[in-house]
Amino acid sequence: MTKYIIRRLLQTIPVLLGVSILVFSLMFLIPGDPAQVMAGEGASEQTVENLREKLGLNDPAYVQYGRFLGNALQGDLGNSVRSGRPVMDEIQARFWITVEVAVYATILAVFIGLIAGIISAVRHYTLTDVSIMIIALFGLSMPNFWLGLLLIQWFALGNLPFGWDLPEILKMRPSGWGDSWRQIILPVITLGTGGAAIIARMTRSSMLEVIGQDYIRTARAKGVSERIVIYRHALKNALIPVVTVIGLEFGGFLGGAVLTETIFAINGMGRLTIDAIRQRDFPVVQGTVLVISLLFVIVNLLVDISYKFLNKRIDLN
Amino acid sequence: MSTVQTEKNPSTMKKSNPRSEAFKTFMKRLLKNKAAVVGGIVILFIILVGIFGPFLVKTDPNAQNILNKLQPPSKEHWFGTDNFGRDIFSRIVNGTKLTLTVGFLSVFIGGIIGVVLGIVSGYYGGAIDTITMRLMDILLAFPGILLALAIVSVLGGSLVNVIIAVGIFSVPAFARIVRGSTLQVKKLEYIDAVRALGASDIRIIFKHILPNIMSPIIVQATMRIATAILTASGLAFLGLGAQPPDPEWGAMLSDGRTYMHNAGHMVLIPGMMIVVVVLAFNIFGDGLRDALDPKMKQ
Amino acid sequence: MNEMESILVVNNLQTSFGTEAGEVRAVDGVSFTVPKGKTIGIVGESGSGKSITSLSILRLLASNGKTKGGEVLFKGKDLLKLSEKAMREIRGNQISMIFQEPMTSLNPVYTVGQQISETIKIHKKLGNKEAMSQSVEMLKLVGIPSPEKRVKQYPHELSGGMRQRVMIAMALACDPEILIADEPTTALDVTIQAQILELIKDLQNRLGMSVIMITHDLGVVAETCDYVAVMYAGQVVEYSDVRTLFKNPKHPYTLGLLNSLPRHDVDQEKLIPIKGMVPSPHEMPVGCRFAPRCPVATELCHKKQPDLLSTGGDNSEQIRCWMYSEEWDGESEVTLYGEKRTVKG
Repeated sequence: MTKYIIRRLLQTIPVLLGVSILVFSLMFLIPGDPAQVMAGEGASEQTVENLREKLGLNDPAYVQYGRFLGNALQGDLGNSVRSGRPVMDEIQARFWITVEVAVYATILAVFIGLIAGIISAVRHYTLTDVSIMIIALFGLSMPNFWLGLLLIQWFALGNLPFGWDLPEILKMRPSGWGDSWRQIILPVITLGTGGAAIIARMTRSSMLEVIGQDYIRTARAKGVSERIVIYRHALKNALIPVVTVIGLEFGGFLGGAVLTETIFAINGMGRLTIDAIRQRDFPVVQGTVLVISLLFVIVNLLVDISYKFLNKRIDLN
Repeated sequence: MSTVQTEKNPSTMKKSNPRSEAFKTFMKRLLKNKAAVVGGIVILFIILVGIFGPFLVKTDPNAQNILNKLQPPSKEHWFGTDNFGRDIFSRIVNGTKLTLTVGFLSVFIGGIIGVVLGIVSGYYGGAIDTITMRLMDILLAFPGILLALAIVSVLGGSLVNVIIAVGIFSVPAFARIVRGSTLQVKKLEYIDAVRALGASDIRIIFKHILPNIMSPIIVQATMRIATAILTASGLAFLGLGAQPPDPEWGAMLSDGRTYMHNAGHMVLIPGMMIVVVVLAFNIFGDGLRDALDPKMKQ
Repeated sequence: MNEMESILVVNNLQTSFGTEAGEVRAVDGVSFTVPKGKTIGIVGESGSGKSITSLSILRLLASNGKTKGGEVLFKGKDLLKLSEKAMREIRGNQISMIFQEPMTSLNPVYTVGQQISETIKIHKKLGNKEAMSQSVEMLKLVGIPSPEKRVKQYPHELSGGMRQRVMIAMALACDPEILIADEPTTALDVTIQAQILELIKDLQNRLGMSVIMITHDLGVVAETCDYVAVMYAGQVVEYSDVRTLFKNPKHPYTLGLLNSLPRHDVDQEKLIPIKGMVPSPHEMPVGCRFAPRCPVATELCHKKQPDLLSTGGDNSEQIRCWMYSEEWDGESEVTLYGEKRTVKG
């Protein structure tokens, strides 16, 4: 086990290096002169030259990368071209908001997804199963920004379809994050729905696969009741592969924050990224992309290790 | 389970070509899956709309009529009008082509690259395999839409750049699946036999490996088109995709945000269209998978 | 066999499966009797319906399988008519079953002890501690060394032979009257096979239970069984005691099976395989199901299905073949797999 963890940690290093190289080279993918692009079309030659100097764009690429990586390792991601503030400060102020949204969305997705998936599997090929799977397919196929807008339209603006009235208790706030549950619910549903659908489908198929296993037949042959067959013998085995999806979903939510935070005007890293893209503030774009990816890699590492731990007993070879 | 399967195994030996026989059973299974048939028909219909729609719908998708703006759906304007008084139905029909182009082209590009990387990786193994798969790990380290977003943000927003970005975003999924399937096929004895007969690597890959791993590739491609359309519409929604006045559905949805309180149809309709198309591809993909891989189904 | 007390009587059992290609009758009118304290073998090729028969007895068929008719009388009660709850009280308690794949038949996430004691807790209504100490006793009974240590282990820590012993311990924990062993040795190494068969036989003598031994291996039959039912394409084609079957096999299929095996007890010039293949359940012959492969089949055989007939006075020998009936339309002397024999006619 320790060996596995060490090997897995070592494997992460080249991935992180690769991510840093990719993020760094974003600057070189910019068509034309990055300094000119960042400074804007109307900028004077002097301004552009100053910016180029400040960002060290005159140095050879490998020198620039070395500096980028060295600084990043010390927690310095450069300064924003627009505000002049350190990128790290900008990110720090918003980091926890994005993580919080993603964590809540993960909890929602896991909770709903597991329950729906188990019900579906237990009653497979019944109307309940079919209905749950149809809803899951919709959840999977819905652009979450569209769902978010609809939720705002219905539960914040009160424009329910068919002219229905919105009860006061269901009235939500259309924007912001953190002050009250009325602000939290809509973004979390928006972000978590797709993940819930994926987890429900995964849980169902995993359960069905386990129910077909020999040891389930053994349990039945012992005279165990169907309830215990499902909840004690099948579920514990079926949940193990679902763990990996949960990690992936959490990562997906970090990425999805870009859209959710834009719709609900939440001041997190996603919105910071989009604003930076619009203002051509590339150091900030690089910084947020790097931080989000780093977080995702760490979460996946933890998930892999816990999966290995859970799966230890199952590994037949 | 295993005993049951052997018990009902109908070991009839038909003398016809095994591959066409397999295709027949595949078609039979696919046609039996009603959801998949519906999904397939919807996809076909959407493709026809994308090709012929613009010729049948005479209204100019970009013709403005400020006096007639933000009208709800009516007889003249089936899907209502937008903030410039443009006919949303005509814009939806004309935008179909954009949606499908992005979906198909990006998956085609990502698929080709991914399949090549996956086969080479799985077939040759060794250092090539390690390097390619680490590269894929790096691409997968950018969660969700973030990779496509980063690429488009530097290249600049345009339809072509979106296709490139979403294409790159699709590569790792193909590469991983194809590599896994290649490894499985490579283990089969007849590949050794063919090699012993002196077939070249290229010949083995194209004649013997590729045809055997087509099923997972096709299933993956179908599902990926759904993801690609969602991703592209997300980028367009953020203003990083097709540029105005192109009637891209995600962009239309984004335009509608401002008028949500008094013209909800501007948001509702493009979103519903995206759902229908993505749903169709997902359902069809599910059906394909079940038909190609019957052991997934009970 | 009349004078012997029977504990289980299977009568005209019919089991069907819903498949993509339509309904398939996997077991078609199977009847046999399990005498108390004895072992009956059910032997046949894969696809003959022998495993389905055993699963039908305990009502453990996969969700697409269903018994369509017949009865399974256990001490006079028809198991097919019991409620699911009453059936659960019989499973693992009065009738137990062990399976072919010891590698996958134990739940990977629970310890050996947890799995054995679960059976004990359900049927004997004992607490955790007592059930666990009984599990240790059971492991001792099936010959597992240092059972106190083994109960705490997970299945993946045990070898295949060990796991089959654990399965047997689990099956016998509640002192069942019948043990159904579905190919219990097929997945094991040859040396382990003999040990497991020996163990089953030994435990049977000690505990006085009946055993239904499902197998495709005539060697296993010869070694363990008192009576044998030979199955072909979902039907019993021959039933007799084991000595008669090996000394004087009657059904052409049984003869074929014996001749395709190397034997030590009789002189064989060469091994003769049975030609052709088991018919697909979708395309069952109208007449005798073995007719397409039978070297002596006549027009009657191809046209009409023979019934399972008793030969001899009691039910101790039964055979499903036209050769032994009054209606036989072939020669009165036939040559079967190089062996001449006189039949009715």
